[in-house]
Amino acid sequence: MGLEQALGDSFLTTKLEDAINWCRKNSLFPMPMGISCCAIEMMAFAGPRFDAARFGSEVFRFSPRQSDVMIVAGTTTFKMAKVVRKIYDQMPDPKWVIAMGACTSSGGMYRTYSVVQGIDLFLPVDVYVAGCPPRPDNLINALLTLQRKVQKGESKGSSTAIIGDFTTHRHPVPSAG
Amino acid sequence: MNHVVVEKLKTRFADAAFEFSEFRAELTVVVPKEIITEVCQYLKEAPELTYDSLSDLCGIDMNTPAKRFGVIYNLYSLATKHRIRLKTFCEEEDPTVPTVTGVWGTANWHEREAYDMFGMDFQGHPDLRRMYMPEEFEHFPLRKDFPLMGIPGSLPLPKK
Repeated sequence: MGLEQALGDSFLTTKLEDAINWCRKNSLFPMPMGISCCAIEMMAFAGPRFDAARFGSEVFRFSPRQSDVMIVAGTTTFKMAKVVRKIYDQMPDPKWVIAMGACTSSGGMYRTYSVVQGIDLFLPVDVYVAGCPPRPDNLINALLTLQRKVQKGESKGSSTAIIGDFTTHRHPVPSAG
Repeated sequence: MNHVVVEKLKTRFADAAFEFSEFRAELTVVVPKEIITEVCQYLKEAPELTYDSLSDLCGIDMNTPAKRFGVIYNLYSLATKHRIRLKTFCEEEDPTVPTVTGVWGTANWHEREAYDMFGMDFQGHPDLRRMYMPEEFEHFPLRKDFPLMGIPGSLPLPKK
């Protein structure tokens, strides 16, 4: 609506890449990897008060196959790391990871044998969020940071550039049947 | 109530080497590990005692040359609302303790936890597997000689 008012009967030119990235950044479906207390703040982030839907991150997908960004929210133990990685591997390219909170980003206060000292030891992380736990506003800030990265076509985890070559997959898709 | 327990144990197990101690009206009994199952069975079933609830069972590493590892039993009686604590110790070379799963079913997971963290072998336990750590893990993390940050390479991470 705003566009017609600004441009009248005129038209707009852009690159296909930019148009697709613009679509992507405004429809980032999160995969809620809520492992511990950060998940409570992540729920508030999605709920009506903070309302991540305002930024197009409308719907939490509880299936990795339908989601774009994994929000790892909580202390990740070595035992859980295998699970997190397995779920991440099932997400289709292009994909992003937000490391939410001190434990996820660095091990936090759990400097001990059982906790992974930062999930970037086994996952490519795009955005880190500070806090223990971070406020939902802070997670919204991370989402906006991620949107800027998506617009520029950056992704740590996707093998292909965000746009273009869909023929090579980092994790080959098994053929059906 | 404490002296009743002491008297009854002394009468029933006359030749056993118990050590009784009391602190702030809490009774602690150190029991030789060979008779721990019988003592527990008796404390549960004796009519005036009826310690029918095992509220906790945990392991301990005393880090001493003799009697290094121990198991602590916290008992509670729903009828008399009274608590006592049992302790039993075993040597580092022979870290075996008889199981009490036959007395209280809840001891099953508690003993698995103690085994996972300290490596005590609960003899007669029906299913002595690790509780928290991965099955293939080879160390016992709550032993005093285990480094805080773990042993490098003992817990593999997925490839990046």
